[in-house]
Amino acid sequence: MTTLAATGVFRVSWLLLAFPVFGAAVLLLGGRRTNRWGHLLGVAMPLAAFVYGVIAFFTLLGHSGNREIDLHMFSWIPVAAFQVNIGLLIDPLSIVFVLLITGVGSLIHIYSIGYMAHDAERRRFFGYLNLFIAAMLLLVLSDNYLGLYAGWEGVGLASYLLIGFWQFKPSAAVAAKKAFIANRIGDAGLSLAIMLMFAEFGTVNFTGVFGSAKSGGSGVGLALGLLLLLGACGKSAQLPLQSWLLDAMEGPTPVSALIHAATMVTAGVYLMVRSNPILAQSADARMAVAIVGAVTLLFGAIIACGKDDIKKSLAGSTMSQIGYMMLGAGLGPAGYAFAIAHLLAHGFFKAGLFLGAGSVMHGMDDEVNMRRYGGLWRIMPITFVTFSLAYLAIIGIPPFSGFFTKDPIIDAAWESGGTSGWLLGGAAIIGAGVTAFYMTRMMFMTYFGAGRWEEPGAPGGAEPRTGQPQSHEHALHPHESPAVMTWPMIILAIGSVAAGGFLIVNSRLVGFLAPVIGTPPTVHGLWTWPGGIALILVVLAAGLAWAMYGRVPVPAVAPRGSFVTVAARKDLYGDAFNESVLMRPGQWLTRLSVFFDSRGVDGLVNTIAATIGGSSGRLRRVQTGFVRSYALSMLIGAVLLVAGLLVVRL
Amino acid sequence: MSPAGYVFLAVILFAIGGIGVLIRRNAIIIFLCVELMLNACNLAFVAFSRLHGNLDGQVVAFFVMVVAAAEVVVGLAILMAIYRARRSASVDDANLLKY
Repeated sequence: MTTLAATGVFRVSWLLLAFPVFGAAVLLLGGRRTNRWGHLLGVAMPLAAFVYGVIAFFTLLGHSGNREIDLHMFSWIPVAAFQVNIGLLIDPLSIVFVLLITGVGSLIHIYSIGYMAHDAERRRFFGYLNLFIAAMLLLVLSDNYLGLYAGWEGVGLASYLLIGFWQFKPSAAVAAKKAFIANRIGDAGLSLAIMLMFAEFGTVNFTGVFGSAKSGGSGVGLALGLLLLLGACGKSAQLPLQSWLLDAMEGPTPVSALIHAATMVTAGVYLMVRSNPILAQSADARMAVAIVGAVTLLFGAIIACGKDDIKKSLAGSTMSQIGYMMLGAGLGPAGYAFAIAHLLAHGFFKAGLFLGAGSVMHGMDDEVNMRRYGGLWRIMPITFVTFSLAYLAIIGIPPFSGFFTKDPIIDAAWESGGTSGWLLGGAAIIGAGVTAFYMTRMMFMTYFGAGRWEEPGAPGGAEPRTGQPQSHEHALHPHESPAVMTWPMIILAIGSVAAGGFLIVNSRLVGFLAPVIGTPPTVHGLWTWPGGIALILVVLAAGLAWAMYGRVPVPAVAPRGSFVTVAARKDLYGDAFNESVLMRPGQWLTRLSVFFDSRGVDGLVNTIAATIGGSSGRLRRVQTGFVRSYALSMLIGAVLLVAGLLVVRL
Repeated sequence: MSPAGYVFLAVILFAIGGIGVLIRRNAIIIFLCVELMLNACNLAFVAFSRLHGNLDGQVVAFFVMVVAAAEVVVGLAILMAIYRARRSASVDDANLLKY
């Protein structure tokens, strides 16, 4: 991998970072006096970065030969053998991420103006959003692993701040902490990988690491691959670090959209694809990545089926879709490009779905239970149409995006050969069917059937989630959202329809990314056998969902459900597993140490002290204050001394 | 010469002084008894000096006298102060300095 020094328009590529950093700094340091225009600045900064990204993208397209441009900014840590520079690498892989992050990110910013209009802390919210964008841009633009790690941590911090934005709700504060801790576990993997790189190769630059990786041997490749996978699992909510993503729904809905579509969870996929020369060294590491992806895509999809909370169902769906991307990344050069294509298309339709869900919640007084929705297609036509387009995209109906980007992953998994090909491909096909089931279920429960928001139901049903009893003048009036919220949804819906086809047809994205991640060994046609089977399964699953939730009325109170439903509602016991395997033994260990400390160590010390103190207390009674008793003891002492001398002498 | 007589006398004097220190309460009597003990020692020193035929013991006896005189001066001064404060010369009354 050789890079060109930055010239022309790329000399100012630091602007990409500078815009959102400036926005975050002004909004967070400026305090209340920026309240009035804060949200406008907050929107302008990612938009400006997006405009620069587009210019850089077309300039890059103009370069016919080498399209990897490195801008050296400054030396961060210059210590003898340890040289770390802050540099920005603009290449085909990073520029598509820049466009996704700033483009979808800007739309979510615009949407937030409307969504957060009634929130007193809107300016702070925009400050955090800009910080999020800045951290994510640093992550994808950095030309070395340490800079990437800085962005990685920044993303973790921003997600913590945003998930816990309504920190007065204990559940939100807990969810933020949970996300942070789960991410820390993954971060440990990434930091160990970086240390291993430095120990083995003596550098953390992409160029240096990838150059030496080939000579590093498969042992180092396997270790690095697995450690990087651990990092990716934390950030991308893959098994076994998946549990934070569902709780992260406590944040405001635009945050969920940003985390799930443009930033955060895509970072793990980026890390895997960016580290492709390391993964190339070890087939076992690639297999581990693919297995994690395949298991998670089924795991997330099953959770999504059981959830009645529209946002949690979408969160399960994100886990599942990121699982597809990890599966693609685990397939090696056969899958990298399609993982990125699916990531981009997913960025559009998942942002569209979350913004649609946010729009429904906005009109329904923050109600998230789909059993209290119903019949909303007449009341919220724009939300309904955009949501439907994103829905068709995610379940992979041709000619929408998901069909183009998901099928090559399924096909590539199928073609990987042998038992693993059967298993991975089979998981991907079944996952497509389950996806169709839960998304169709969501559509029918939300937009069709009778309106159920006024039905009496279980506690927590029709009442607002703040817990205050609903007064009559605040009776629920579902309504369409304002234009500032619907327009981003419309643009995302267009992307959901067109992005997949645009990227895949004529191998546009595959060709563009080829210099960074190599070319897939086989060309996938638009219609393949595994894709066809998946499509049939999708139609059948959608029909099943219609039979269960469209044909018959949906009860406003959740029925008990089978044991599978109960398990899915409980996140397939992910939390229970963490609690019983990690939390409880940890607590026992701390209790044991406390017991040992207080009874053992403290006990020994305290016993010695008490013994000395007690005997001194008794001994000091000898000091009576009577001179004659002192004289007597002196006499006795002298007699004993003389007697002793006599005994020794004689 | 036989020192036995002098040594017996010195032991008797020392025992009388020691018993006096232990059983009497009046500080002045105690001082006298201490002097008695010191002089019993002096007697023994001088007797053994004579026995060995050198002057070392007699020199020590002079030192003891000087030290005894100095001790009595300091001791009586303290005794005066205590007596002025407490109107008593009993050593058992001056027992504040204890545990």
